[in-house]
Amino acid sequence: MKIDIATEGPSNGFNFDNCARNAMLQKNGFVCPTAVKTGTTIVGIVFNDGVILGADTRATEGPIVASKNCEKIHYLAKNMYCCGAGTAADTEMTTSMISSQLELHRLNTGRVVPVETANTLLKQMLFRYQGYIGAALILGGVDSTGPHVYTIHPHGSTQISPYTTMGSGSLAAMSVFEARWKEGMSEEDGKKLVRDAIAAGIFNDLGSGSNVDLCVIRKNYTTEYLRGYEYANLKGVRELSYDFPKGTTAVLKTNVKRFEITETIRPIDSGSVPMETA
Amino acid sequence: MFGGFDNSYSPMWHNGPKPGAFYNFPATSTSSPKDEKQRDSQPITTGSSVIAFKYDTGVVISADTLISYGKLLRYRNVDRVFKVNDHTIIGVGGEYADFQFIKKYIDQKVTEDYCYDDNLQLKPKSLFNWLTRVLYNKRCRFAPLWIDIVIGGLQDGVPFLGHVDHRGRAYEDAAIATGYGKHLALPLIREKIENQTETLNAERAVELSKSCMEVLFYRDCQSYPQYKIATCDGQGARVDGPINVAQNWEQALNV
Amino acid sequence: MLSIEDFPEYQIPGAKQVRFNPYESNGGSVVAIAGDDYAIIAADTRLSSGYSIHTRHQDKSFKLSEKTVLASTGCWCDTLSLASLIKARMQMYEHLHNKKMSTTAVAQMLSILMYNRRFFPYYVSNVLAGIDENGEGVVYSYDPIGHCERKKYSAGGTAGPLLQPVLDSQVGLKNQVGVERSPIPMERAKAIIRDTLISAAERDIYTGDGVIFNIITKDGIKQERIDLRKD
Repeated sequence: MKIDIATEGPSNGFNFDNCARNAMLQKNGFVCPTAVKTGTTIVGIVFNDGVILGADTRATEGPIVASKNCEKIHYLAKNMYCCGAGTAADTEMTTSMISSQLELHRLNTGRVVPVETANTLLKQMLFRYQGYIGAALILGGVDSTGPHVYTIHPHGSTQISPYTTMGSGSLAAMSVFEARWKEGMSEEDGKKLVRDAIAAGIFNDLGSGSNVDLCVIRKNYTTEYLRGYEYANLKGVRELSYDFPKGTTAVLKTNVKRFEITETIRPIDSGSVPMETA
Repeated sequence: MFGGFDNSYSPMWHNGPKPGAFYNFPATSTSSPKDEKQRDSQPITTGSSVIAFKYDTGVVISADTLISYGKLLRYRNVDRVFKVNDHTIIGVGGEYADFQFIKKYIDQKVTEDYCYDDNLQLKPKSLFNWLTRVLYNKRCRFAPLWIDIVIGGLQDGVPFLGHVDHRGRAYEDAAIATGYGKHLALPLIREKIENQTETLNAERAVELSKSCMEVLFYRDCQSYPQYKIATCDGQGARVDGPINVAQNWEQALNV
Repeated sequence: MLSIEDFPEYQIPGAKQVRFNPYESNGGSVVAIAGDDYAIIAADTRLSSGYSIHTRHQDKSFKLSEKTVLASTGCWCDTLSLASLIKARMQMYEHLHNKKMSTTAVAQMLSILMYNRRFFPYYVSNVLAGIDENGEGVVYSYDPIGHCERKKYSAGGTAGPLLQPVLDSQVGLKNQVGVERSPIPMERAKAIIRDTLISAAERDIYTGDGVIFNIITKDGIKQERIDLRKD
C-alpha cells in the first residue's frame, strides 16, 4: 500500500487557488466580464394581517439600464416570497434552488413549511459561499406562528425585523419606514407605506427605477402578487417616426441565378406501415 | 457605495471620453487612478449631515451638535449652523478644522461690511460664489478644504439655498442635504416639497426638520440626538436650539 | 510620482488611506444640431454623482453671447470654473477690441483655454453651438483637453455613446442611399433632440428629470423646457 497516494488527494476545507489566479489575471490587465446587478430597492413589512413585500423593477449594468421591468420578488413557497438585490443571476438561482428544497421538505413533512426553515436554508447556503454569491435577500412569509420578515445578507447573517429594506435604495426606503411605520397597520395603509418606500428608492436612488411591484401574504395563507402595482414613471412619447424609407439600404452586389425546376409526382402507397411513435 | 467620501475610489467618468477621444464606449477600460496626480488627505474630526430646504418665505438649515473623531463621539456640543448676517445663514459638515479656517475669513468679511457702515451686507449668493472659488482653488492645489457647506438666506427678499462641496462643485436647489442626510433625509423632504398639498410655512418647515433629524438619529451612527436649527426669512436670521430629538424605541421591544 | 505603495516596508498593517481624487462625474447629456440659419443646443437637467441626485433642475447651458451658447457636462466644478473663465475672457476681449466676440472666435478660445490645462484637464464634455459671422448655424465639439471640431450636429455627456449614432442616422443620414439631403428644418431638429433625449433617459441612469433647449437664431436665444422621467 502506498501512503503517498493519500497525501496527494485533495485537502479538506476550502480551496481558494482560483481567487489568487483571478487576482493575478486582473493585476496583469485582464478585464473581467461584468454581471448584471440589480442596484435595487426592496422592502418588506409586517402588517396587521400578514406581510407585504415590495420591489422596484430596474436592473443596471454600470450606468446603463439593463432591464426596465425585471421581477425581483421571487416565489419560494405558497406561504413565502423572497425579494432579491445584488447580482441578478445569484438572487434568481439561490431562490429557485431553495424553493425546490422547500417543496421537497413540504412533501416529506406534509405541513406548511415554517418561514424560519427557508431562512436557515438560505443563510447556510450563502455562508458556505463566503459572500461570493452576491445575493441580498428579504424573505417574507406566514406560517403557524404568524407573519415574519427576515433580512439575509450575502455573507449569511440574518436578522428578523418588523420592517426592513435592502439594496442601493435601502436608505431612501428606510427613511420612509422610520418616519411612518406603526405596529398593527391595516392592509390598505401597509400597501400605501410600502409603495411610498419603493417610490422613495425609485426617485432618489439612480440604481432603482421604473415600476413598483408588491406582494401581500396574509395570515390565512392567501397571497396576492401585484406585478406592476404602480407605473411610477411613464415613458415620454416620441414625436417622429423613425422608419427608413424604402430603398435607402444600399445594394452592394446583384447576382441573379436561374433554377431549372423539374417536377415528378409520386403517389403515396396507402397500405404502408404507419410511423412508429412509441 | 453611498457616494459621499467613498467617491474618491470610483473610477472617473463611466462613459466619459479620454483625451483625444470624443466617446468612450462601455466595456473599454477607463484611465486607472494611478495616472492621476494624487495626494493623501482625509477628514479627521468631522461633522455629519446638514439638512436644509426652502419654505414659503425663507430657508431653514439644521444640523446636530456632534463632531466625531473617527468613530469616537468626540465633541458633543459644537455648533454646525451659524448666522452670518441678517440675511445669510450657513450649515457645515465634513472636516471641522477646515471649516474653522474658512469661518475666520467669512467673519472677516462680515466685519469689513460693518466697518464700511453703509448698511451693505454680504448676500447669500455672493458668499456662495466666493466659497465656490476658494474651494475649487484649494482642490486644484490638491489640498482640499474637506467640507460640505450649505448656504441659505434671502437674496433681495427671495429665498436662496445653495451647496458647495470640497471640490467646489456647487448647485442651488429647494432641498439640500449633505452626508447621510443626502440618503436618509432628502427623500422625505423631496416627497414633502413635490407632493405639496398645503404651503410649507415656517411652522411646518420646523416640523419637517424635526422628523428628518429623528430619522437621521435612528440610522446614522455618527449622529447625535441634539441639534440646532437656523432660519432666515423676512424677520431676519436666527439660530434656535439646542433641541433634543424625540426618540421612540418601543418597536425595538417587539422584535 | 512615488506613493506609499512603492515602499511596502513603511506601510502600517490595517491602516486605510483615503486618496484625494479631484474629479467627480456629475453626469448629464448634451445634444446640438445646427441648421442653415439656426442652431439648437439642449441638455438634460439632472446633476448627480454615484447613485444620488443632487438636483433635478440644473441648467447646464451657458449663454455666452446673443449668438453663442455653451453646454457642458462632466465634472461639474470644472464646468463652473471653465464657464466663468470664458465669460471673463469674453469681457476682456470686448473691452480690448470694442466688439462682440464671434462664435468662431469663442470656439477657438475655448480650445486654447482647455489645452492650457493639458496635464490637469478640465474633465468636461463641451458642446458649443451658435451662429457664425455668415449667419450660418454651427456646432463645435471638444475632447477634455481642447481638441476642437466644427460640425453640424453633435452629442456629448454620459449618454453621448447612445445619442451620437442616432444623430448620425437621422441628421447625418449616414449609410443611406437615394435620400434627399436637404437642410434640416428647425421643427424637425427640435423633435429629433427631444426624442433622442427621451430615449437616453430610458437607458442612461445619469440622464433625466428635464431638458432645457436653447434655440439660437439671428433674433436671439429662446429657452424652452420639457420634462423627462425622474427615476
